[in-house]
Order: sequence, then C-alpha cells, then structure tokens
Amino acid sequence: MDARLMPKEETYAQMVWRRFRHHKLAMISLGVLIVLYSMAILAPWVTPYHYDHMDFDKISQPPSLEHWFGTDRIGADLFSRVIWGSRISLSVGFAAAGIALVLGTVIGAISGYYGGVIDDILMRFTEIVASFPTMFLLLTVIAVLPRSVMNIMIVIGATSWPGLARLVRGQFLSLREQDYVEAARAIGATNTRIVFKHILLNTMAPIIVNASLRIGGAILTESGLSFLGLGVTTPPSWGTILNGGRPLLRSAPWITTIPGIFIFVTVLAFNYVGDGLRDALDPRATK
Amino acid sequence: MLYLLGYIARRFSQMLILLVGISIVSFAIMHIAPGNPVDLMTDRLATAEEKARIATLYGFDQPIPVQYIRWASQVIQGNFGRSFVTGEKVLDMIAARLPATLFLNFLTLIIIYALSIPIGIISAIKQYSWFDHVVTFYAFLGQSMPQFWLALLLLFYVGLRFPFIQTAGMSSYGVTVATEGLWAVLVDRSRYLILPLTVVTFSNLASITRYMRASMLDVINQDYVRTAKAKGLAPKIVILKHAFRNALLPLVTMMGFELPILFSGSVIIETIFAWPGVGLLSWNAVMQRDYQVIMAFNLLGASMMVLGSFLADMLYLVVDPRIKYN
Repeated sequence: MDARLMPKEETYAQMVWRRFRHHKLAMISLGVLIVLYSMAILAPWVTPYHYDHMDFDKISQPPSLEHWFGTDRIGADLFSRVIWGSRISLSVGFAAAGIALVLGTVIGAISGYYGGVIDDILMRFTEIVASFPTMFLLLTVIAVLPRSVMNIMIVIGATSWPGLARLVRGQFLSLREQDYVEAARAIGATNTRIVFKHILLNTMAPIIVNASLRIGGAILTESGLSFLGLGVTTPPSWGTILNGGRPLLRSAPWITTIPGIFIFVTVLAFNYVGDGLRDALDPRATK
Repeated sequence: MLYLLGYIARRFSQMLILLVGISIVSFAIMHIAPGNPVDLMTDRLATAEEKARIATLYGFDQPIPVQYIRWASQVIQGNFGRSFVTGEKVLDMIAARLPATLFLNFLTLIIIYALSIPIGIISAIKQYSWFDHVVTFYAFLGQSMPQFWLALLLLFYVGLRFPFIQTAGMSSYGVTVATEGLWAVLVDRSRYLILPLTVVTFSNLASITRYMRASMLDVINQDYVRTAKAKGLAPKIVILKHAFRNALLPLVTMMGFELPILFSGSVIIETIFAWPGVGLLSWNAVMQRDYQVIMAFNLLGASMMVLGSFLADMLYLVVDPRIKYN
C-alpha cells in the first residue's frame, strides 16, 4: 500500500507532548522555567553587575531604568543579585529533588518488590523519617553542619523522600502480581531485568509527576531556610536576598518583594508543569 | 471482632516500634553532630580538667549508647532534663509557650474547616464552573506562595498602614480581663491575631479545600447517589443527605492528623510576628544549640505525628464500616 495512506504511528513521547500542549498554564509555566534557567546559566552575560558589586553612593534606591529592581543597603544591583541567586535556588531545587527521587525510588522499589521482612523494616524506617517535623529537623541538622550549598541540597533531599517511597512501593506491590511480570519470570528474566525493564518503566509516570512537584517544594524549603538566615550567601540565594531586606522593610520594600516574586513564580510554574504532566501521562485519560 | 482486636494490637505494636526508632534518631542527630555540649557550657578559658569534670557530671564521658539509655529512661518517666542554657526544666519551658501556639493554631483550624468544607463541596458540585476554576487556581497559589513572603508583604502593605493592627507579640502589656474587661481583651488580642491568622489560613486552606473537593467528587459519582437522583429525590436532599455526610468521612480521619499540627508552632510565622509560642522557642534552641530542648522538640514532634496517624486509623475504624483489617 502507498505509505502516504498509512496512519502515522505516534510514539509515546509524541503523545505525551501532544497532550501536554493542551494544558495552557503548564505550557506557559514551561516557558517561564526555560527563561529562568537560561538566565541563571547566562548570569555573567545578562547581568550588568557582579552579585557582590557594591556602590555606596547608591544605597537602597528604588527600581529605576539603571537599576531595574533597585539596589540594596550596600548599593548592590538587585537585578544582578536575583539573577545570580537563581543559580543557587534553581540548582538546589533540582539536586534536592534528584536525591529524594533516587532514595524514594530505590527504597520503595526494594520494599515493594521483595516484600516480607525487608518491606517491614524499610517501611518502619520510612515512617520514622516521615514523622519528624520536617522544618524543625532541617533546622536542627543545617544548624550543626558546615554551611554549604551541597549540605543544604543533601539535607533537603534526604528528608523529603518518604512520600515517593510509599508511592513507588504501592506501584511495585500491584505490578509484581501482574500477569506480564509472571510471564517474564517464567521465561527466565532476571530480577534486575524485571525490576528495571518491566516494573520501573511502568511506574515512571507518577514518579515524574512527583519529581516535578518536589522541585518546587524543595525551592520553597530552601528559601524558607535562607529566610531564617541559614542559607548560602555567595552567591546569595533568593531567600537570603529577601532576608537581607527585612530590616529595610519600611524604607526599601522592593528588596523583600522582588526575590519573593521569583520564588513564588518558579514554584507555581513547577506545580503547573507537574499538573500538566499528570494529565499528559495518565493512561486512563483519553484525549 | 477478633480480627479487629488483632488489627488494633498490631497497629499499636507498630507504633511502639516507631516511637523507639524516633527516640534513637532524635538522640543521634544531636550526638553525632560535630561540636560537643561541654564546649557550650564552659567558656573559652576553661581548662581541660574543668571540662572533664563537667563531662563527668553530666555523663558526657560515657559511651553514646549508655548516654542514650540514660536519656531514654528519663524521658519515659516524663523527664526531658534541663536546658543547658537557662537551667529550666525543658517541659516547663515548652508548657509555658504552648498556650500561645495552641491559641493561634486552634483558631486557624476552625476558620480553615469552616471555609474549606463549603468551598470544597460547592466546587465539587459545580465542577468546571468558574467558581471551581477560581478555587483550583487559588489552591495552586496557596501551595506555591512562600509563607514568609506573604507575611512580610502583609506586614508592610497592611500592618504598617493601619494603626489598629499590631505586628509583633500577642497581647498588650496590662490588658487583662481583670483590669480592662472582657471586651477590651478581645479587641486587644484580635489586633495581634489578625496578621498571623490570615497568613496561616491562606497557605493551609488550599490543601483541605482540595481534599474536600476530591472527597465530594468521589461520593457524587457513587452508585447510591445516582440511585437517589434517579428515584427523583430533590437535588438538595441528595446532596445534603446522601452525598455530604459520606464526603465528610475522610475529613473525620483528618482530625487525627491535625493533632500534631495543633501543637507545632511555625518557626517562620512566630519569628516574623514575634508570637511567643513553641516555634519561637524551638528556633532559639536551635540557634543556641540547646541540646536537651532540641532533642525534646524532635522527639515530641515526631511522636505526636505517630500518635496522630494511629488516632486517624482508629477513627477510620469507627466511622467507616467498610474498612478491612489487614
């Protein structure tokens, strides 16, 4: 038959992308995130000043043509600081979510696949971690560790995996009983092959959605820690800049307002992208 | 019945295991961390002998497992030790701060439930209406907005413009029921409450509303609701008598999870508004590395959570006869 008459085969990725595009807010959010990440990567070229450049003749100036976001109390250009700061905030979000993703998936997968005593032990451990008041636990640990971006990423990641572990465990528990897994086992597939190829691949959708929401959550957590004065200062993260503006709230409100808008918009964007992915990846949705 | 008792016993023993695990983690965090409490209690000029004496006095020279057993056996008897910084009993310090936190959290909880139940239900009944879209949009805002940022914005754009609103503390000095009367006290407290209450409500309303909406949607699509509609009952009766009451079920179990929330003070809110609750206390303890207080906060916070989820499971047994015990 003529090839032109055949219906075009659509790959899974194409179908997800087609569905994702229908979600307007998710598409806008994706655009916003791409702009933010590009600015962060290109920080040295798109910012007029270095983040710790100070000019004592121009202290606490409101936003103007020369200083788009105004200046802070040591006369540093706020626009430059916010763009440089996005490197910290955005990378902490990614790295912390990545750590939580690996921990949650591995622990949940082992627990759900093997079951029995291993499952019991891992799930009790998960519940212990989950029951601690997250913010206070973070404060306790961050306050005693040396202050570094790396430590903040690790600590946020290491405390935020339990939800994902439970989700992955649940998926594994139900999928390992499915006929196709039984069939794979019957033809002699190894455990590794079954876990990675047959089960994990089928739990990817909820994991991806969860990860996207988790990046936003991690950015929010990091900004809260920085706001309390436990964040990194070179370059300053968004929360740190915001915290620096607190004493000047009356005279220079833009120092607190502007970084907050960046945190807010970024987290909102990640939440909408997560929502869009949820709709696009859901196999039950028919569009 | 025997199944039921078995389930409760199993659930209870799981809880005990968790509590032991939690106590080990709470203890370990403070003792594995670099820096040691002896340095905290002595000044820089202390000699090695003086330090050794203090270490012996407080048992810091013992191996860590021994220290843990000592600490845990005291904790079981309700003794959380004394603060290394103020010398006060840890439990007394917490008890002194608890009323302020409970007061704020309790009011917030009432407002949140009073708003989220009707909002969630209306948006479920009118799914995809403009009202539902606004609620969904708000839910995204509430989940994404940094609480401290909202607090600072309100502080600057509202708090500092209206002299009626107080921005720090929770009451004016000398305003008590005895001196000024009940009305004056109510007015005074609400001046301080207005901002923290708004912030906490705004950021926590979203999740309960979403939860209520989902629960109602779930019920509306059940067969018995369709039957009720099909046999010609008025929509109002179907919603109120058939759907609403069952949609509230999951919310009842949420009450178990509210327990830890009620007792936990938000570090961020309490530091911004100088609210004299447990959140502020815990923050000061972290900043001063007050070992005993920090361990107590981690232990109590996590234990509350475990108790709360145990309570939630038990409530579920009571409320939902369909539950299976396994």
